[in-house]
Amino acid sequence: MRIACPHCGARDMREFTYLGDATVARPDPSAPGALDRFTDYVYFRDNPAGAHREFWYHAFGCQAWLVVTRDTRTHDILSVESRAAK
Amino acid sequence: MRDESTRPLGQPGRLAQGGEIARSRPLRGRFDGRAIEGFAGDTLASALLANGLRLVARSFKYHRPRGILTAGSEEPNALVELRAGSRREPNSKATVTEFYDGLEARSQNHWPSLRFDLLAANAWLSPMLGAGFYYKTFMWPPSFWERVYEPLIRRAAGLGRAAGASDPDAYEHANAFCDVLVIGSGPSGLAAALAAARAGARVIVCEEDFRLGGRLLADAREINGMPGELWTARAIEELRALPEVHLFPRTTVFGVYDGGTYGALERLCDHMPVPTPHEPRQRLWRIVAKHAVLAAGAIERPMVFAGNDRPGVMLASALRTYAKRFAVVCGRRVALFVNNDDGWRTAADLARCGIAVSAVIDSRREVAPHVSALADKARIFTGAAVIEANGGSALRSITVRSNAGTETISADALGISGGWNPNLHLACHQGARPVWDERIAAFVPGAPPPGMRVVGAANGSMSLGACLREGAQAGYDAAEQCGFHPKAASAAADDEPCAVDAFWHVDLSAKAFIDFQNDVTGADVALAEREGFRSVEHLKRYTTLGMATDQGKIGSMHGLATLATLMGRSIPHAGITTFRPPYTPVAIGAFAGPHRGKHFRPARLTPSHRWAQEQGTVFVETGAWLRAQYFPQNREDDWLTTVKREVLTVRSAVGFCDVSTLGKIEMHGPDAAAFLDRLYINTFSTLAIGRARYGVMLREDGFVLDDGTCSRLAPNRFFMTTTTANAERVFAHMQFCHQVLWPELDVQFVSATDQWAQFSVAGPRARDLLAKLVAPFDLSNAAFPYMAACELMVAGDIPGRLYRLSFSGELAYEIAVPARYGDALARLLMQAGEAFGIAPYGTEALGAMRIEKGHVGGQEIDGRTTARDLGFGRMMSGKKDFIGRVMAARPALLETDRRVFVGFKPVNAQDRISAGAHLVPPGVPASAAHDQGVITSVAFSPSLQHWIGLGLLARGRERLGARVTAADPVRERFVEVEICAPCFIDPEGARLHA
Repeated sequence: MRIACPHCGARDMREFTYLGDATVARPDPSAPGALDRFTDYVYFRDNPAGAHREFWYHAFGCQAWLVVTRDTRTHDILSVESRAAK
Repeated sequence: MRDESTRPLGQPGRLAQGGEIARSRPLRGRFDGRAIEGFAGDTLASALLANGLRLVARSFKYHRPRGILTAGSEEPNALVELRAGSRREPNSKATVTEFYDGLEARSQNHWPSLRFDLLAANAWLSPMLGAGFYYKTFMWPPSFWERVYEPLIRRAAGLGRAAGASDPDAYEHANAFCDVLVIGSGPSGLAAALAAARAGARVIVCEEDFRLGGRLLADAREINGMPGELWTARAIEELRALPEVHLFPRTTVFGVYDGGTYGALERLCDHMPVPTPHEPRQRLWRIVAKHAVLAAGAIERPMVFAGNDRPGVMLASALRTYAKRFAVVCGRRVALFVNNDDGWRTAADLARCGIAVSAVIDSRREVAPHVSALADKARIFTGAAVIEANGGSALRSITVRSNAGTETISADALGISGGWNPNLHLACHQGARPVWDERIAAFVPGAPPPGMRVVGAANGSMSLGACLREGAQAGYDAAEQCGFHPKAASAAADDEPCAVDAFWHVDLSAKAFIDFQNDVTGADVALAEREGFRSVEHLKRYTTLGMATDQGKIGSMHGLATLATLMGRSIPHAGITTFRPPYTPVAIGAFAGPHRGKHFRPARLTPSHRWAQEQGTVFVETGAWLRAQYFPQNREDDWLTTVKREVLTVRSAVGFCDVSTLGKIEMHGPDAAAFLDRLYINTFSTLAIGRARYGVMLREDGFVLDDGTCSRLAPNRFFMTTTTANAERVFAHMQFCHQVLWPELDVQFVSATDQWAQFSVAGPRARDLLAKLVAPFDLSNAAFPYMAACELMVAGDIPGRLYRLSFSGELAYEIAVPARYGDALARLLMQAGEAFGIAPYGTEALGAMRIEKGHVGGQEIDGRTTARDLGFGRMMSGKKDFIGRVMAARPALLETDRRVFVGFKPVNAQDRISAGAHLVPPGVPASAAHDQGVITSVAFSPSLQHWIGLGLLARGRERLGARVTAADPVRERFVEVEICAPCFIDPEGARLHA
């Protein structure tokens, strides 16, 4: 599998490490019900067959955290965004 | 007595002329100790046939005599042990083994010899050894399976023997990138390569054979009015001259992976007795290609009838290959048994080489006149079948059944052709399912993986004309999509007749072989079907059909078709088993490549490593690092003696230790302090400039991630350390927090682990020693108190840093200099410290002093402990948010009966405590039901003169002074211990503030 890093170009997947679901967002820790929200954030994940937004870390490259949209059925990489660029 | 084995056989099977062999370069080798001769350009198989050797192997299960069936990598029979000693390679296919001078090969799987194999008695047992026999027989008594039956069966069955010694050769990994990867160099592949390369595309052509050309080397065909081999030679010449083209013979593309990545194995030195000095034997390529053209051709199918495995029965295409490419005749009385037009061309091709075909048996009732004219001198049987191949270890005759009755025909070679299977293996690696094509009675590729085009015979287009057209078109399209401007192709050839009628078996007897390599017969498939193994995947596992080293290249299609026939289903309905990489076996050595021994995991060395080596240090692997474990001096013969001395030296004088392995991170930015506040459970924005603070980080799930210190060197500048083990992980975590969670924070940080050499200098004389190194810097308690940090000059002019941190509990500093000065600083410390009785200490003494002081380490931060468990509850700030704060407040993590961090000392001071011992109340059995905790770290305390331990115990802090049993059933050590506070030495901290 190859991931087109926005900073480094298309690179082999061995340069990256995988974290997982990028659709979750860290909840507001001061909001009411924060514990329930954090439980969802930390533990509960969908397991879609198809396009999935997920975090990849370009550990052996520019060390950017990327949001990669990948088709979990085919490993097609549909898009790659850098979080640092925003 | 004269040794018969050295007498040359004289190559009785070699034609007087022709062949793509260099007759000026004769070669000699040995097969089973017998001298054989050949020429450069031969394979081992062609040489064996030229020398008149037809019995070359014994079969896997029944030890039936076997000859050479094919001329390619699909060969199921002619497997040999190649080379000797540590280079012995079992199951090497003679058909793809290049003949070289000094070649040494042995036949395998027989006893005592190939010709006289007593294990052939297995054939008589065949009724007991059919499909799934190991599920049915040898079942009683059950205990016999492991001790008696399995060893017996394993000895009797099987293939070659592994070398059993370390591989002396080198293997390499390499990467390549191209616009168009062409897999296969037959007519389709060459046409594709030419079309793309002429347009300027970067083209790589991989060919598993040592010679490019594919079937054009083996079949007598014309392209553009010239002989096929001449067109091939010109095409190769043209490709070679183009700068962007790379031709890789001896290179098998074995796997297709995501994103246009292809795995290929290049055999650089397999055609030599030993590799050229300093050359790898094989090279594993990872090829990234924008487009790929799969032109892998097709594999001819055998015919299934009794005795179809008799030496002398060969694929018709193999007869042609041996005759034309190698100038080898496989028999003087040749017959053909076919179900398709292409098989007939064998007669014409052999006739060109001067070999007459005496009979052609076609299963079809009708054969077009222009096809049967190809064998005008032969007896022709249509609507007929060979019902048995007769002979012992060589074919003598065939029995033919036709409308005219049954007749025995003398033959020493029988060419069989059951049609062709497109070689679609690689097109299916990404999960595409093949599609049945009734026209050629074979599966053709379904939707190929993105970027791949399948052309020619691999695509089910069997005529030469179609191969050239499809190849050229694919090369054209691929180049055009890469932005080049290709021109229309020029190669053309006739579309020869290729009609075929499906024909799967003459009979399903126990002598009609379907999978030659695993000895699976028609009877086995029929039995499996009767017993209900009707899914193709079940059939495969039950009968082992297609599970040998050839992965069913020869037999699988017949097996599946036979199953479908028996069930009364269509072949596409019955389906086909899954194709997975590798296409042909790849040696583990090639996958390992250079990553062997020390290169498998290179050691990271500390800046003082060379100095430590000179001291005769004992090293230990800690993660990727090689660290000094202890520094034995004269007459210290066990590690504990050394470690005791090192600890006591630190506690009474001064010692030093290389701590450069700690993760080090430099951090700058106006929001650095705010960022650290969110990372650590405690507060860093309040940290004064020139001061350091101990900090603990949690994971977002509320458990402890890591600990370390962080120093503030300037208002917006911090330097933090992580534990050695977690350096990369913490850094990645911080990057995540910054880039993903809080990109608005203006902070930058970089790993500086390798940039700084850092030494801990500890002991009552540490200040005196350092004063000599950092003068005129004021080290007094008032000027540089405990937890102070600063930048300063070391040894006059080396820019360094000094931190007053103590892991040992003594008056201690950590001094840092740029890594290149680390070796010099170690020597300087030794020299300057001599007057104070200095000793270097290693990780053992470091750990012992940590345990004496009750600091947590990696054994306690095990991913399951919370800050509260480890005694850091009060460090958790209530005034701010930080990673893990919310989840750390989960009810389960606040339970009062959690296992918490405490110390242990043996009630009987002589007792030794075990790390890993479980803690149970005194007087109860050491069982899981009574388990209350675990000892995590132990050390012998030289200061206290007994063993001490740290651990995690339920309600431990409420039980100080009480006793538990530390149970270590493995070492049979059950020790009564007293629960105590984790700090054993100087709990008031008088020493570190000294």
